[in-house]
Amino acid sequence: MPTKPMPKIHVLKAKCIGCQLCVSTCPFGALEMVDGLANEILDKCTGCGLCLVPCPTDALELVGPRAEEITARMMRKRELERGKRGEPAAAGAGAAGAAASPKGAADGVAAPVGEHKGVWVFVEIDYVTGKAATVSWELLGKGRELADDLQVPLSAIVLGHNVEEVARQAIGFGADRVYLADHPVLARYRNIPYARVLVRLAREHKPEILLMGATTLGRDLAGSVATELATGLTADCTELAINKAERLLEASRPAYGGSIMATILCRDRRPQMATVRPRVFTARPFDRERTGEIIQVDVDIREEDIPTRVLEFIHEGGSTVHLQDAQVIVAGGRGLGGPEGFKLLQELADLLGGVVGASRPCVDAGWISADHQVGQTGKTVRPRLYIAAGISGAIQHLVGMQSSDVIVAINKDPQAPIMRIANYAIIGDLYEVIPALIAELKRRGVRPVHTGMQAELLAAPGPGVEKPDRAVGPLQAIQKQAG
Amino acid sequence: MHAVVCIKQVPDATEVRIDPKTNTLVREGIPSIVNPYDLHAVEAAVQLREKYGGRVTVITMGPPQAAEALQKCIAQGADEAILLTDRGFAGADTLATSYVLAQAIRKLNAENPVDLVFTGKQAIDGDTAQVGPGIAARLGIPVLTYICAIRSFNLETREIVVERLLEEGREVVAARLPVLLTVTKELNEVRYASLPSMLRAARYQVRTWNKDDIEADPKQIGLKGSPTIVSRIFSPPQRQAGLQLAGPAPEVARELVEQLLQRGVLTA
Repeated sequence: MPTKPMPKIHVLKAKCIGCQLCVSTCPFGALEMVDGLANEILDKCTGCGLCLVPCPTDALELVGPRAEEITARMMRKRELERGKRGEPAAAGAGAAGAAASPKGAADGVAAPVGEHKGVWVFVEIDYVTGKAATVSWELLGKGRELADDLQVPLSAIVLGHNVEEVARQAIGFGADRVYLADHPVLARYRNIPYARVLVRLAREHKPEILLMGATTLGRDLAGSVATELATGLTADCTELAINKAERLLEASRPAYGGSIMATILCRDRRPQMATVRPRVFTARPFDRERTGEIIQVDVDIREEDIPTRVLEFIHEGGSTVHLQDAQVIVAGGRGLGGPEGFKLLQELADLLGGVVGASRPCVDAGWISADHQVGQTGKTVRPRLYIAAGISGAIQHLVGMQSSDVIVAINKDPQAPIMRIANYAIIGDLYEVIPALIAELKRRGVRPVHTGMQAELLAAPGPGVEKPDRAVGPLQAIQKQAG
Repeated sequence: MHAVVCIKQVPDATEVRIDPKTNTLVREGIPSIVNPYDLHAVEAAVQLREKYGGRVTVITMGPPQAAEALQKCIAQGADEAILLTDRGFAGADTLATSYVLAQAIRKLNAENPVDLVFTGKQAIDGDTAQVGPGIAARLGIPVLTYICAIRSFNLETREIVVERLLEEGREVVAARLPVLLTVTKELNEVRYASLPSMLRAARYQVRTWNKDDIEADPKQIGLKGSPTIVSRIFSPPQRQAGLQLAGPAPEVARELVEQLLQRGVLTA
């Protein structure tokens, strides 16, 4: 039988972002990954064009006979599939595809996968202060929205010892239900007992979504739990949304150094897990009138069965920089020219009740310690005021600070990338501008304004939380500042 | 002592640039390096071997060119290097990656019992920090993340005491071997490769294992074994440029403070 002449696929390397959707689509194994990009294997390609359909950046083209005809057909297929999924037919076109509502689902929300239902937030506790980490309240704020979209309850998971107060607070921050495992083996975080309890709870109660903070604790725990549950985990998300038509969590995170955002889905396994960095979402105002249910969970783990022991905790509260809780950050970059420049920045930061941040080159050069680093490999911050002095604004830095409320950039180079995103771009020598700024602030007796998150946190403690302050954690530090 | 170090070949992040015209990533000519945290993991394993004897085996999952990264680890003092490479491994997310690495470690353990598994605290390209805890969960051994110091190591009592670098300070933890450690750059200084080990690395033939060598379940590797998929790519929300201020410093300072007062960021 004579075969029709067919075109061949060609990958436009400049457009490919290495998402691998084409590789998984090709029925003939004619696409493979090479150096993080798709690569065609011509002798396997039949020219069917199916790989064109999922490509988010149009990085694939057919070359040869009938190329146009097949491409047009595949584009129609793409429109149809996107319409079915309730996505806009074309990016930015805002088409009416979202109207598609599967049968039997109320308000356009699809049926759950198996019995999995409900949104869970793991509440992280700072074992020095005995208080919840603020990221947990931020996640309950976002979790509330997701649960409302799905029309399911929002549950908080609280593990620890003598932590009932935290469980009550979780309700005030938006949880309908709290699973509370209170037991001496959980007094301090350890991976094995925590993962064991959380995995057991997830198997028993089958949540569809499980969120945790992208902190050292959250990342340690999330990786273990996701593996035990054989489910998908997306790290460091900056956006979370529900696709109601498919009942899926759309977890978006920066990729390739923040130059693009990627939306990650976990279609077939549950729960859909994600970690989120502190300061990405905002907590709801604490509502002490809110009611909910606290469910006590039995813990059947014996201390002697746990192969790890915490011997001691060396608190470094004095030297640790609370970048993520700071309302004002004065950050320096290569333009400082040396470590001495940070003294000037510290003076300005002290005046504004803020802390000093740094870009990666300063940390790499040893001008300042790594706990000051803002950016992709450092911390994500979201202060009211971010002053960037001598920072050019590499994309890796920008992703860590671009959601600050107000950005002031001081740079000699008006073309520096940071100048394009700053609310106030000051062209000049930082060694002239900052002393002048310090003098002006002193002359006018200016102070920072503390609002938002802090005001909510100050209202947070419910009745009867008068525990002795064992150490100055981030929360108390804020209270001190504000008071 | 037998230590297995899991490493990853990554693009050198310090070389990544954005094309200002197209706003896309310029990737031509970006060199591949060993994930920097993984080099600290190799160093830690080599230092323990120098003190207690034994072997350091380095493994990675990747395309054939990842053998280069393994050779670098041989130059850093590792004894043996194994490349896990198979077309079936392609497209793996963290769940499928931890499966392949865990299968390889099981095989190594059968040949020569493994006391320690090391990884870097995260890879600089994906930044997920998920694979280390994932491998430990699959092997059923404890994981200790963010290690900044090894206080003691005792093969007789089979106990290790380490410090973990956390947000608020350092946690000192004891664990029974075998254990998986993910390490920070504070743990050690990576040595300069000595001439003899560089020569050894240049001649060293990396062993390769495919999916059959590690008895991998085809359903748990590559794209099939990966529950997460990328569904959409979009540009990050852009901030608009604001006001430009230039001129004598005192005037600029006055104007800025005035603006910040008006915006309610500062109060007088």
